[in-house]
Amino acid sequence: MEENNLNEMKELVLKYVISEYIDDDDVTITYETPLISSGYVDSFSMVSLLVFLENKFNIKIPPSKATPEAFDSVNNIVALVNQYLNQ
Amino acid sequence: MPDHPSYDELTSGFSWSIAEKELEYTPGDIINIGWLCSDRICQKGKAAKVALYYEGFGGVRKQYTFNDIRLAGNTIGTFLRSLGITPGDRVCLFMDRIPELYLSFLGILKIGAIVQPLFSAFGDESLFVRLENAETRAVITQKKHLSKVRKIRSSLPDLEYVIIVDKVKASELEPGEILFNLEEAEPVEQFDIHPTLAETPSVLHYTSGTTGQPKGVKHVHYSVISQYLTTKWVLDLRDDDIYWCTADPGWVTGTSYGIIGPWSLGATQCVLDTGFSAQAWYRFIENYRVTVWYSAPTAIRSLMKAGDDLVNEFDLSSLRHLASVGEPLNSEAVIWSGRVFGKQFHDTFWQTETGSIMITNFPGMKIKPGSMGKPFPGITGAVLDPVTYTPIEEPGKAGLIAFRPGWPSMMRTYWRNEEKYREKFVNGWYLSGDRSGIDNEGYYWFIGRDDDVINTGGHLVSPFEVESALLEHPAVGESAVTSKPDDINMEVVKAFITLKPGFTAGPDLELEIMNFIRKKLSPLAMPQDVEFLDSLPKTRSGKIMRRVLHAREWGEEIGDISTLEND
Repeated sequence: MEENNLNEMKELVLKYVISEYIDDDDVTITYETPLISSGYVDSFSMVSLLVFLENKFNIKIPPSKATPEAFDSVNNIVALVNQYLNQ
Repeated sequence: MPDHPSYDELTSGFSWSIAEKELEYTPGDIINIGWLCSDRICQKGKAAKVALYYEGFGGVRKQYTFNDIRLAGNTIGTFLRSLGITPGDRVCLFMDRIPELYLSFLGILKIGAIVQPLFSAFGDESLFVRLENAETRAVITQKKHLSKVRKIRSSLPDLEYVIIVDKVKASELEPGEILFNLEEAEPVEQFDIHPTLAETPSVLHYTSGTTGQPKGVKHVHYSVISQYLTTKWVLDLRDDDIYWCTADPGWVTGTSYGIIGPWSLGATQCVLDTGFSAQAWYRFIENYRVTVWYSAPTAIRSLMKAGDDLVNEFDLSSLRHLASVGEPLNSEAVIWSGRVFGKQFHDTFWQTETGSIMITNFPGMKIKPGSMGKPFPGITGAVLDPVTYTPIEEPGKAGLIAFRPGWPSMMRTYWRNEEKYREKFVNGWYLSGDRSGIDNEGYYWFIGRDDDVINTGGHLVSPFEVESALLEHPAVGESAVTSKPDDINMEVVKAFITLKPGFTAGPDLELEIMNFIRKKLSPLAMPQDVEFLDSLPKTRSGKIMRRVLHAREWGEEIGDISTLEND
């Protein structure tokens, strides 16, 4: 994937995470910020994040791959999404 | 030589006075949980012993001795009194698992006020109905949860104070919001503990039912008698143990066994306040040399999913005793834990209403994987015929799990809902709402709920509450909510929806509805699956037949549908 597209994808996911899951304006979320292990996104909410990714990128991520580790940062999420794009 | 007394030895001649004597309580005396969990332990010569090891995200670590938690309880109690909080007032704890949560719990009880712990992931609607029902006077919270409180504040006339325990600029505060930083407050050495008695209310936990709004389960200070003894006998806590209860104090396990039980015994406990990760949990056990671990089936199944190899990367040899609560522990999980930890999880069964463990696999008792075990001594349990409400004698036959009232930690009422409370009793039995059978050796085997309440990841979700919230979404015409099977959480919420004219079903709307509920109620209540239907199954009188949808999801017989509208 081209770097421009990758950055766009990261930005898209980052914006979604901030708008949907972060209540505290003082919290700074970056591409590397842990999301699950930090508690910003809990395991139940991970399901809505999964649905967002599948809708947005028109992919299907198998439940076995939707692990807390794979969702633990925007970088990890984008890496996961990339595996299922163009399949 | 057996390490533990047999079940028969424990039950023979049992009396709750065993716990009363050990806690040096004489009926009629003052009894205060806040004092028992801190001051008394200090008086017993354990002031310098660690009461709490805390680890937060990013490796933040703190530790508190029993003297520290005594002083903190005094300091918080003094602060609350200075605001005019009086005995019997409800003070809500709306925080993550930070030390201030545990310490405030003691402080509130010490002044005779009632603690109302609420799960910090609750959305504003869930928070509102619980604060409104309890007529809560103060909320202690963190800056990160402040926006939810602010959203509903103007509709809560009884809510006088919102106390924020972390750093916020004074200029950012709104009227009625107060900063209280425990680390900067002057520790209070001398403190007059409110002379609470056995029946003085202590904790108000909210639980969901099939219909109506959540109910406030009122407990009293005497509950510590049950919580102390079950912690000692079932969780097998000893003086040199390092104990880890993974439950959030927003739920009853997190207070009965995450605060009251261990601290009334003077035991050291640790708290991990981060999101779930198998690696982080194993590392935590290794670092703190956890010996007794009380967790939940959902977490255990998530650990199983992470694989056996990961277990071998950590030194978990400190583990001595494992127990589980929240939902039935499947036999595979029991066997798995025996294989990878060398110790099997001991399942326990109890509820918000019971306040303490009712049925359990005792240490030293033969575990039958998949069984809930046997009633705790002093508990008269039975499985009742659902028609006659009399005990079923036939081994294995399914019925309603029921208990004879009278154990110390039993709820005293539902807050301002005496009618619902009375409905929980039939023929002198307390009806738990769960079903099981009893085998010929007296072991209970869980079957399921006797109502439509959804148990997801060990937390009860009311389908009524979710259905009501769904109807507030502009696209939703009608809704029905049931559970669907889930490998990790046992069951999760599923919503069936018909749309209002002008709206089109699709994945984006599904996501919008999921997020709508997540923010309004909680992530637990969020439907993990939304199915759009042209119409919902109804009786001829127009009542939605939730059970038809439930049966379909679980592959069960639908049963009698003679009243179905379109049959």
